[in-house]
Amino acid sequence: MSTPLLEARSITMQFGGLKAVDSLQFQIQKGELMGLIGPNGAGKTTVFNMLTGVYQPTQGDVIFDGQSIKGKKPWQVSHLGMTRTFQNIRLFKELSVLENVLVASNQQIEYGFFSPLLKTKKFLDQEVALRKEALELLRIFHLEGKANDEASSLPYGEQRKLEIIRALATKPKLICLDEPAAGMNHNETHALMETIAKIRKDFHLTVLLIEHDMKLVMGICERIVVLDHGVKIEEGTPEKIQASKKVIEAYLGTDEDLQGSSSTTGGH
Amino acid sequence: MKTFLNSAKVPLIAFVVLWVLGIFVNFSFNSYIQLILIYIMINMILAMSLNLVNGYTGQFSLGHAGFMASGAYTSAYLSTVIPMPAGAMQLPYFFALALAGGLVASVAGLLVGLPSLRLKGDYLAIVTLGFGEIIRVTLLNTDAVGGARGMYGIVGPTDWSLAGIPISRFMGGFTHALIWVLVCFFTIWRIIRSAHGRAFLSVREDEVAAESMGINTTRAKVLAFVLSSFFAGVAGAIFAHYANYLNPSSFTFMRSVDAVIMVVLGGMGSLSGSLLAAIFITVIPEALRPIQEMTGYDLRMVIYSLSLVLLMILRPQGLFGKYEITEALPWLQKFFKKSKATATTDGGAS
Repeated sequence: MSTPLLEARSITMQFGGLKAVDSLQFQIQKGELMGLIGPNGAGKTTVFNMLTGVYQPTQGDVIFDGQSIKGKKPWQVSHLGMTRTFQNIRLFKELSVLENVLVASNQQIEYGFFSPLLKTKKFLDQEVALRKEALELLRIFHLEGKANDEASSLPYGEQRKLEIIRALATKPKLICLDEPAAGMNHNETHALMETIAKIRKDFHLTVLLIEHDMKLVMGICERIVVLDHGVKIEEGTPEKIQASKKVIEAYLGTDEDLQGSSSTTGGH
Repeated sequence: MKTFLNSAKVPLIAFVVLWVLGIFVNFSFNSYIQLILIYIMINMILAMSLNLVNGYTGQFSLGHAGFMASGAYTSAYLSTVIPMPAGAMQLPYFFALALAGGLVASVAGLLVGLPSLRLKGDYLAIVTLGFGEIIRVTLLNTDAVGGARGMYGIVGPTDWSLAGIPISRFMGGFTHALIWVLVCFFTIWRIIRSAHGRAFLSVREDEVAAESMGINTTRAKVLAFVLSSFFAGVAGAIFAHYANYLNPSSFTFMRSVDAVIMVVLGGMGSLSGSLLAAIFITVIPEALRPIQEMTGYDLRMVIYSLSLVLLMILRPQGLFGKYEITEALPWLQKFFKKSKATATTDGGAS
């Protein structure tokens, strides 16, 4: 097996007395579409935050593309080629759709501070090229007609889409999608599945997906890691996950729970 | 060369037009009106530069007076060390002094910004406020710059003549201030429409998202802060050499508040708004003087405050919101479009 694109080496995240994630270990191969699922509060988003540099793991290390991301800030991680979307949409609301995409392509600029003041050729050329590229990206997702609209004026589904487009504009190797189908209806979820499949194919991306929508996860993920209470309880193909007793227990509870031996639920 | 012409065209046209206007003021109005005009221009620079931090980058600074004071005292002190040349060399002399003042202020901005820009909102406001007071109290206790007495007799533009044509003190000061107003305006205008500016805006909109998209938000904030302090320092230098007198009490907390009022009144993130608000805030207290003379009561501040309250109730987003005048007047935008080099894909005006 080739070296993985991303490797989490027993990462642990401790908030005071709470271990949100405990010695989690997994790998993502280049080109793979992997899902990360788990009941509410399982620590999925915490894992994302550790991977992208928002949190520093209390223990363990994350190796991305051969480099440790320990001590790296989110923007540095983004420069390495790992980017993300957010569970609750975080667009630059008052900027235009085009500007949202342009911000993400900032890391490509080569001109310095004084170039825009003097409007040097380098500055003008690069700006034109970046805009062209951004518009092209919007065109692929049929948003070019709204390039100059304010981002907050887009309907919900398109805002989700714009978040993905914006993430793509950073030219990532790995894109982490945090519940992209949250709040979407059946049709929108279906369109989203197609979008994800498409970006993966067209942009040669590796995708890590957190999702609640089982249909979406089982439909497109090749491999799934299941998290419960910060611990990995299962890993494998969708078929294996669906059949796994541990996973069913994590989501639906055990037989003892059903027999009502205790009235309390939640954490043990 | 071609790109230089393209980049300098609009600023040069603006300079010539406004300079001709200055000649008109020079011959038609008394020195009191002329002084107000200079103060308007100083306030314009203050408002535009603060807008970069408070409006475009979404940070809340309350220490603008401190940076203005650093620039003013630097420039004034240097002028006691380096004697003023005569005649035509006056303008480059004052320009260089203002540049030095601006640079010192921007170093101060860097020193304050690096540690404090990790803070947000109210906390940052308190830190910058504290910094402004530190500068003022330091000046108050520094005998080399006059301490509480302030500095007197600071050199300023003088009347001189060029081949028999008299050039007044006002025209010297006006030209100097005008150059800086335009430099400040076009610097901020163009920075905002570049990748650097988009980084500022993204920090204002959502810092976490900006960081995830590869924006070094600390760098963006510090850059905005340093640039803003630079121009505040320049404004201070212009003030020092036109008033010929400096006192720490000119740079109290209220001066910072005035700058914030101008930014909010004009619209956070609108340069046209800042320019208009600078005119408004400078002129209104002066224009209300006759009322004081008629009634015998000092109603100026009451009316001034009431008009601010009313404006904020009627137009909470400020006079211009986040828009520029070019966006409100399409024919103006056309003019800007025509005179610029960028290709068709450019979304905004030049």
